[in-house]
Amino acid sequence: MSPRLYNEPSPLEVKILTRRFGLPNSQSIDTYLATGGYEAFRKALEMTPEEIIEEVKASNLRGRGGAGFPTGMKWGFVPRESPLPKYVVVNADEGEPGTCKDRLLMEHDPHQLLEGMLIAARAVGAERGYIYIRGEYRYLIEILDRAIGEAYERGFLGDNILGTGMRFHVYTHSGAGSYECGEESALLESLEGKRGVPRIRPPFPATAGLFQCPTVLNNVETFCAIPAIIRDGGKAFAALGTPRNGGTRLFCISGHVNRPGVYELPMGFNLLRMIHEVAGGVRDGRKLKAVIPGGSSCPVLKAEECDLPMDFDSVAQAGSMLGSGGVVVMDETTDMVRVAVRIAKFYQHESCGWCVPCREGTTWLRHLLTRIDQGIAKPSELDLVVEICNNMLGRTFCPLGDAAAMPIRSFVMKFREEFEARLRRPMVAVPDPDSLVVS
Amino acid sequence: MSKLVTLTIDGKQIQVPAGTLVINAAKQAGIEIPSFCYYDGLSLQGACRMCLVEVERVPKLMTACTLPVAEGMVVRTNTPQVIEARKAMLEFLLTNHPLDCPVCDKGGECELQDMAFRYGAGEGRFVEFKYHVPEKQWSPVVYYDAPRCILCYRCVRICDEGLGVNALGVVNRGVRSEIAPNRGDHLECDECGMCIDICPVGALTSGTYRYQTRPWEMSHVGTICTFCADGCKTTLGVRNGIIIRANNRDRSGINDEFLCIKGRFAFDFVHHPERLTRPLIRTLSGFREASWAEAIELVAERFEQARQQGGRIGLIGSTRTTNEENYFLQKLLRQGLGSNHIDHRQSGDLVSLLMATRGREGALATTADLYHASGILILGADLSQQHPLLAFQIRANYRHHRARVYVVTRGPVREDQIAARSLRVAPGQELEALESLRTELQGLPDLVVLYGDSIKGSAVARLVQWCDSLAIAVRYVCLLDDANSRGALDMGLVPDWLPGYRSLDQMNLQPGLCWEEMLESEELEVLWVVGANPLRRRHLKRRPWLVVQELFLTETAQQADVVLPAASAYEKRGTFTSVCGELQQLQPAAQVPGAKTDLEIASLIALQLGLELGPADPDELLGEIHRTVDGYNVDLPLVAAGAAVPTGPYPDVAAVAVRVDKIRSREDTLFTAGSLGQRSQVLTSVREAPGSLYRG
Repeated sequence: MSPRLYNEPSPLEVKILTRRFGLPNSQSIDTYLATGGYEAFRKALEMTPEEIIEEVKASNLRGRGGAGFPTGMKWGFVPRESPLPKYVVVNADEGEPGTCKDRLLMEHDPHQLLEGMLIAARAVGAERGYIYIRGEYRYLIEILDRAIGEAYERGFLGDNILGTGMRFHVYTHSGAGSYECGEESALLESLEGKRGVPRIRPPFPATAGLFQCPTVLNNVETFCAIPAIIRDGGKAFAALGTPRNGGTRLFCISGHVNRPGVYELPMGFNLLRMIHEVAGGVRDGRKLKAVIPGGSSCPVLKAEECDLPMDFDSVAQAGSMLGSGGVVVMDETTDMVRVAVRIAKFYQHESCGWCVPCREGTTWLRHLLTRIDQGIAKPSELDLVVEICNNMLGRTFCPLGDAAAMPIRSFVMKFREEFEARLRRPMVAVPDPDSLVVS
Repeated sequence: MSKLVTLTIDGKQIQVPAGTLVINAAKQAGIEIPSFCYYDGLSLQGACRMCLVEVERVPKLMTACTLPVAEGMVVRTNTPQVIEARKAMLEFLLTNHPLDCPVCDKGGECELQDMAFRYGAGEGRFVEFKYHVPEKQWSPVVYYDAPRCILCYRCVRICDEGLGVNALGVVNRGVRSEIAPNRGDHLECDECGMCIDICPVGALTSGTYRYQTRPWEMSHVGTICTFCADGCKTTLGVRNGIIIRANNRDRSGINDEFLCIKGRFAFDFVHHPERLTRPLIRTLSGFREASWAEAIELVAERFEQARQQGGRIGLIGSTRTTNEENYFLQKLLRQGLGSNHIDHRQSGDLVSLLMATRGREGALATTADLYHASGILILGADLSQQHPLLAFQIRANYRHHRARVYVVTRGPVREDQIAARSLRVAPGQELEALESLRTELQGLPDLVVLYGDSIKGSAVARLVQWCDSLAIAVRYVCLLDDANSRGALDMGLVPDWLPGYRSLDQMNLQPGLCWEEMLESEELEVLWVVGANPLRRRHLKRRPWLVVQELFLTETAQQADVVLPAASAYEKRGTFTSVCGELQQLQPAAQVPGAKTDLEIASLIALQLGLELGPADPDELLGEIHRTVDGYNVDLPLVAAGAAVPTGPYPDVAAVAVRVDKIRSREDTLFTAGSLGQRSQVLTSVREAPGSLYRG
């Protein structure tokens, strides 16, 4: 099976994780083996667990799910000696609006993910791995299950892997449509068959994760980077990016650009170049207005703030986040009030309801912004939006509350004149009752 | 003990054991940190975000309820940032709250109200539509009003962790989240109402209390539950002499705030329309109402005749009368009427245990021991059904201290969930099965053994012998049925020993008839039944003249020659002794005009007979018991203050021949309680009634 490519590759790309994209039968283990597949795992079998973790640390690989925590350090937290079984869990619950990279990695090159899991299992001594897949990605379960079957046939999974006595079994598990389950502790709850709400941390999954056992839990893209790191060495991977931000990253460029798509670019690639050179510029020759640099939970950047290298530290310095790599480009015609309403609606819908500020705050924001969008609010209520966001920020149980408050606050603060203009010129005289009903 | 950690909260330096949560450390320092979802003894949630505090060198506010103390930690609970955060959380909580306080049952004792007054903003800024869902009824006693719910999950946790029932869960997501029964639209549970009590707001309301009154219109009377033997404190809300609700929110007593369906809802028998309020005298055409003076005169006359015939009178007493009443009754019969035919329905063999452990200190376990012991062995009882408080304590012990629980019963019980080992054996075979637990039990520092009515007579001695062979510290609980079953044994309401388990020889008495023998006896002229219903399943062989003191016209009362309307335990003063031997004081709560306490009735009879038996006032009688009865030489001011004071030891236990075949538990479930239970509308209306034991 050769899945189709959704966009033409760009010559500026550095293809490490995506190097098999577009190859004939890229999903099959034969293609994978013919292109150097599972060599990194064979190499890892020759290495000690400590050496593997050191190599990952040297790569400066930082978690690709959004938080950007150094992967090697995370693995190092897993206790070496433990009476409990250990687990490797893949977070394939790709739910961040604007992000669409993990599905491609699994669709085009599922064995790369399995190899990354195997190396992680070897590094921490796990015997079981789970791939928790977003419920909407049903078709990927088939692809992954087929790949897992092939890996068992060829002896890469099972009770005696490649005759070395290593045991590792992999299972796929479907989510049920909850954004919150992309949060690692909520994912573990869901994987255990419970309600998908986050856990109190500490303890962190490295010491008490799945079934309260030590667990390595990373994003799909993070695992997919592992084979390259082991094959070519951590230093080589690190050298691709900027200091403290190793390697390449899959950027999902969407919105008002001429060539939207997923592009693998080195960490630290300039955002404006990304838009203009990689993605073909803003559509119809319009002017750039704003960019959400890392998925909908990141504060928006105005056009004049966009000349910056896309790595975790630089984007944080600019007051936003690199997040999950979902670059949403907005041109001058974009109605920022509607964007804010859309974001508020999403987070209100996805709030799990566990803690008070997120549950009630997201609902309030949605109501209020809907009313503002309809032009039936007082200007002082724009300050209330900011205040609600401030009351949520840093006070919710898990980052979902921050993820809702940060972008909304940034929209109101950075584009306040647009919001005020909306209030001066009502779009509708009477509220549409349906639009106010919470769904 | 774990080592101490020094930290500073609001400038106060305090020392607390390592592992203490900041919220509790602050409490010890006298600083309140508000919270909804944090609840002592239950798992941590961190959901309500009310307890956010500032911790030095931590950029974000931290939840004090999930944060363990650390050496040198500096916590601030009164900074502008913290005050602002609390105000914000309350504002969030109130956005979707209906604010229907004027019609809400909880108004006046609502934690959300209190917090809003104390920490909230004066005005709300939320002007959007509120999200509404209709109220739901989950059972005859539990209603749920979702909009009022603040989702603190206390109810879910108490039901799962505290009761082991797990009847409640959460459905839907986000602002639509609500608590829901795990059985869909209704509850199949213990109907204990713990979820209602623990609810900080008016989301869960009681089917019997809702819309009845406001909390400040009631007087609150702390007394002891009259049903099972566990001795739970229950605080009765009384208005105009009528009991309207029961709970124990002040967490006083041995039960903390635990109550089962009987303690919380089944007080309704007190105001049952069939309560007797006038003495009844049998005529040829049935009963006629009579005055107290006439009835007492008639009774005294027949008693005097029986006395003159050499004490041809028998007394069948109750397991729900007070110690003072029991003591006075046996004194009246033994000293006044010269009879030793005194008995009540015995439900467990305590005296064999006392004989087997004679001279030992601390052989009997207290209720608190069940929470602290490292091992628990349950023999032949369905604790969750028969002794809900003891089961609750054991579950808490397992949850907090990982106690090793062993169960040896004839069928599945709920304690199997937490048991290290569960054995199924036929009743009476428990001791044989114990041998397979020997090595495990030997490894424990201490053990509490609870045994039911299938272990009696020589089996009790064998049990003690076997436990001695383990060479570990073992304490025992002999399980008994009713609220004052223990007191009836202690007060010598039996034909085989005197109060304090003293030998009959001290009064030169011979063992009298037991209650079953009294029913069949040819020689008794008068049978006096006080608060018992022996004729429910049995018949009188030869009809003696029958006097019955009762609340209702029971099967026994229907056959009486004179029926005297008695007051229930909720209408009198006196003391009960719990199954674990704690002495606790009753306070009169309700008033049922016409009924008299059994002590008043007995003292009127004694007065009419011209007997000089000393004072018949509950407090003075307790003083006499304190002076004369072994085991009751306790701190009386403590009892008067409402404490549960352990009784014992009994230095002079008589060697008696135990009437093994007369000892039998009534095997009540959570939803049955003899003739009182039949008259409780709540107990009979829940779908779990009548239920049965050993269903797991």
